[in-house]
Amino acid sequence: MGDVLRIDRIRCDGYGMCAELLPEHIALDDWGYPIFRSGPIPHRLVPLARRAVEVCPVLALSLVRERAHPSSDH
Amino acid sequence: MAPAATADRLLAGPQFSAGAESFAEHRARLGPLPIADARNGLIDTIERSGLLGRGGAGFPVGRKWRSVGARSGGRAAVVANGAEGEPRSAKDRSLMTLRPHLVIDGAILAAAAVGADDVVLYVGMEHRAAVDALVRAVAERPLGGGPPLRIVEAPMGYIAGESSAMVHYLEARDARPMAVPPRPHERGLGGRPTLIQNVESLAAAALIARHGDEWFRATGRDLTPGTALVTVTGPVAGTGVREIEYGTTLRELVDAAGGLTAATDAVLLGGYFGGWAATEGRWDEPLDPASLSSRGLGFGCGMVAFLPADACGVWATSRIMEYMAGESARQCGPCIFGLGAISGALRRLATGAHHDGDLADVTRWAGQIAGRGACHHPDGAAGLLQSGLRVFADEFALHERTHGCSRPTAAARRV
Repeated sequence: MGDVLRIDRIRCDGYGMCAELLPEHIALDDWGYPIFRSGPIPHRLVPLARRAVEVCPVLALSLVRERAHPSSDH
Repeated sequence: MAPAATADRLLAGPQFSAGAESFAEHRARLGPLPIADARNGLIDTIERSGLLGRGGAGFPVGRKWRSVGARSGGRAAVVANGAEGEPRSAKDRSLMTLRPHLVIDGAILAAAAVGADDVVLYVGMEHRAAVDALVRAVAERPLGGGPPLRIVEAPMGYIAGESSAMVHYLEARDARPMAVPPRPHERGLGGRPTLIQNVESLAAAALIARHGDEWFRATGRDLTPGTALVTVTGPVAGTGVREIEYGTTLRELVDAAGGLTAATDAVLLGGYFGGWAATEGRWDEPLDPASLSSRGLGFGCGMVAFLPADACGVWATSRIMEYMAGESARQCGPCIFGLGAISGALRRLATGAHHDGDLADVTRWAGQIAGRGACHHPDGAAGLLQSGLRVFADEFALHERTHGCSRPTAAARRV
């Protein structure tokens, strides 16, 4: 359990602001698209993660409480 | 097309040269549709059978039906997925062309089992014989009793068979994947829980509904019960679609297909969502989804594509990645730019026109793009690429070092 960042990959346009705010958790690939560290956001970084959600110009990020999600559509 | 091997189940019935099995023949051979049982206990039977989905991911069919059934309230939708966008695979189109009523039976039974009142037969528009066979088959079926059957032609393209792209196409004629969740089994067509099932899985379910789960489990020699359709290509006498018992070895499959016509060192297993494997030491290993995955391989869509020994694995991998880059729905950055860059660098490596660092970049990118798209397209491409880098490691190193190829003939590039 914990907070995780969820990203809408279709919306994301690679502005990279999230990685500037949260370099401990988000890296950028060669084209500026975010690569997330796996696992929940450490508690002390949650305020910065919230900030990253707010500043994303295309609203691609959300912070959600992680829950078990065993279902699959395959 | 080759005649079926020994394990005829899905492909039992008339000679393939006779074309589509008619409704009269189908009914005489297999008896009536056990529709009452489908509403009552078929999901249990399918679960006990151990049937795995045959679209590529191998998800248990019974579990999927139960999940949709639990949400349906009698108004779920069923989509029979016959898009088969996988370039060299032919098993779904062959099944739809030759045994259309078995596929339709499976779709009707699934609808009864999960509580669906909308059934879509989603068929790749380029598979004309399959479309024609299904159109004729639907017209042959007696009216009444079941849900209406709609045939929808899927647009061309690898991604059109992806489940959220399919829902998007059926809803809005836009065959691009959607950001998930919700997933189709939760909220799909018209907001209803939607069962999306590959046509071969449905055909297998139609046989299990008639013959029972024990009958089904009586085949399968290794870990996975049942039979599967495979598409065999490359330097093999009898290329084409065959039915095999799960657990059949690569050697047995090749023997049944009339043997090799040239040497081969590598095989693409499972299609473009699968991966390359060296054939050395593998001839007696079982073609079984569970055993293959324990060895880092996959059964996928049943593709068994042998690479001739005089063909270049770097070139073959480059061609596949070029295709995968071109088939991106171009919605997600890591897929658009990542696959594009990988494809470009591989092309340079394959032709000796590479720059310093191209191979290192490709290797790094291969580990970065999985899991970073709205759908699994980049994941499949990354897996294929990593298998190519591993299986053809020596050839990649030689290309990088010498700007040449160990197989400097036209034959090297024929695949």
